Amino acid sequence: MLRYALLRLLGAIPTLLLVIVLAFLMVHAAPGGPFDDERVLPPEIEANIAAAYQLDQPLPQQFLQYISGLLRGDLGPSYRYRDLTVSDLIGSAFPLSLKLGAMAMLLAMLVGVGVGTFAALRQNSLLDRALMTLAMTGIAIPVFVLAPVLVLLLAVHLHWLPAGWSGTTGGGRFILPVVSLALPQIAHIARLTRASMIDVLASDFVRTARAQGLGTRTIVRLHALKPAMLPVLSYMGPAIAAILTGSVVVEEIFGIPGLGQHFVRGALNRDYTLVLGIVVFYATLVILLNLIVDLLYGVIDPRIRQR
Amino acid sequence: MNALGRFWSRARQSRAVLFCGGLLVGLVVVAMLGPFLSPHNYLQTDFNNILSAPSLTDGHPFGTDDLGRDLFVRTLLGVQVTILVALVASAVSLVIGVFYGAVAGLTGGRVDAIMMRFVDTLYALPFIFLVILLMVAFERNFFLIFVAIGAVNWLDMARIVRGQTLSLREREFVQAAQLSGVSFVRIILRHIAPNLVGVVIVYLTLTIPQAILVESFLSFLGLGIQEPQTSLGALVDAGVNHMEGASWMLLIPAALLALILLCFNFLGDALRDVFDARQSR
Repeated sequence: MLRYALLRLLGAIPTLLLVIVLAFLMVHAAPGGPFDDERVLPPEIEANIAAAYQLDQPLPQQFLQYISGLLRGDLGPSYRYRDLTVSDLIGSAFPLSLKLGAMAMLLAMLVGVGVGTFAALRQNSLLDRALMTLAMTGIAIPVFVLAPVLVLLLAVHLHWLPAGWSGTTGGGRFILPVVSLALPQIAHIARLTRASMIDVLASDFVRTARAQGLGTRTIVRLHALKPAMLPVLSYMGPAIAAILTGSVVVEEIFGIPGLGQHFVRGALNRDYTLVLGIVVFYATLVILLNLIVDLLYGVIDPRIRQR
Repeated sequence: MNALGRFWSRARQSRAVLFCGGLLVGLVVVAMLGPFLSPHNYLQTDFNNILSAPSLTDGHPFGTDDLGRDLFVRTLLGVQVTILVALVASAVSLVIGVFYGAVAGLTGGRVDAIMMRFVDTLYALPFIFLVILLMVAFERNFFLIFVAIGAVNWLDMARIVRGQTLSLREREFVQAAQLSGVSFVRIILRHIAPNLVGVVIVYLTLTIPQAILVESFLSFLGLGIQEPQTSLGALVDAGVNHMEGASWMLLIPAALLALILLCFNFLGDALRDVFDARQSR
C-alpha cells in the first residue's frame, strides 16, 4: 500500500511539471509585456522594471528561477498589486474558497448518495423517472446559468436569502453559493449512485442477506452502500475539478473575495504572475486530491489493495 | 455517403433523437433567418428605448439592453455564434481525436501504450485554467477560442476511436489491406474512418455541448467573445448585471442556453442507446 502510494506520488510529478512548463511558456509567449501601458515610459525606466522582475534574463534562466522559487513556496511578485506577492494573495484568498468548495462537496455527497439510493430502491417508478430527468437537467445546466436564476428567484423576488456577499454576515450568505456549486454535482452523484446501487442490489450477497431475513434498510446500510460507492468515489476527481471551475463563476456572481475572483480579475488585468501562480496552485491541488481519491479507493475496496 | 445513410436509418428509429434533433435544427434555422425579419440590427443603439421590457408591439419581442440594442436580434446572433463556435471547435477535436486514436490503435504495442499514457496525463490537467491562461496571453483572439476548446475536447474522442480501431484492426478487410501493401494513412482514411462514423457521431453529440459550455464559460467571464459580437454566455453575463431591473436580459438567454445544452445531452443519450456504445466501447 505504502509502496503504491509512493509510486503514485512519483507519477504525479511529471504531470505537474508539464502543467508548469505549459503555463509558463504560454504566459511568456504573450505578445506585449506586462507593463505595456497607454503611457510610454522612457527606455531606462523600462529596463529598470524588466530588471526588477528579472524579465531581462533569458527564458530558461527565468524558468529555473521560477521553479526554484516554487520549491520554496514563492510564486513571485504580483504585477498589479505592487506590495503583495502571489503567495500572499493565494494565502489570504484560498481559505474562503476552500470552505465554500468543501461545503459544496459535502452537500453533494450527502444529498447525491441519498437521492440515488432512494431512486434505486424505487427503480422504474414514476418518482424514480422524475428524479432522474431532473438529474439530467441538473447536469446539463451550467453553474453560471443556474446561480443567477436562483438569485433572481430566491433573493431578488422572494427575499428569502441574501443576494450578495458584501454587506451581509452570518451563515445565510453561504447558502446560495454552496447550493449553486453543489447542484450539478448532486445530479451527477445521484445518477451514479442509482446505477451502481441497482447493480449491487441484484448481486448474490444481497440475496443471501435477504434470505437471512434482514430488512432493506439494514441491507443498504451494512452491505450495499460500501460497494455501491466505488463509482461515486472514482467520480470524485472530476467533481473536485468541476467545483474548482464552478467556484470561479460563483465567486464572480456573488462577489465573494476568494481565489476564483482573484483569478478572473488577474486574467482581465493581465496580471501574468498572479494567473500563472493560481494555475500552478490549482493544478497541484487537483493532482494531489486525485491522488488521495485513488488511495481511498484502495482503502474502501480490499480487492484493489491486494493487487 | 453510405456510412452516413446507415447511421441515419438506425438513428431515426428513436423518437427522442427525432424530437431533440428536430428542435435543435429548428432553433438553428430560426437563429439564421430571424434577424432578417427584425427591423433592427445587433449594433444599432436606441437611447429612447433603454432597458425596455419585451413587447410584441414596439418591435422588440425580447426587449432591449442597457444601450438600447434590440435583444431579439442579439440573442439570435448569440445562438448563431455559440453554435458556430461549438461546431468548429468540435470539428477540431474530431480531427485531432480521430487521427490520434486511429494511429495509436492501428500501430499498437509500445507506441500505443505511450500515446495513451500521454492522454491519461493530459486528463489529469485542469484544462479550463490553461485555456483561460491562453486567452489572457493571446488577447482573446476569436480564432484561438476554437483551437483552445478543440484542443481540450479531443481526449475522449481519441480514447473511443482507439478502442474501436483495436477491434477493427483484427478484421479481415483491414488485414487484407495491410497485406496488399496499402499505406498506413490510406488504411486509416479508407478502411478505419468510415467504420467509425456511428460511434464518432454519438460522441460528437456529447462533445458539442462540452464545447458550448467552455465557450459560454469563457464569454461569461469576459474572456471569450468580445463586444459588440456576442454569444449566449456573454448575454447571460450582461443579464446578471441587470437582473434586478431587467430580468428578461438574464432569463431569455439563460433559458435558450439551457434548452440547447439539454437537447444535445438528451440527443447524445438517445443516440448512445440506439447504438449501445457501451457494448462496443
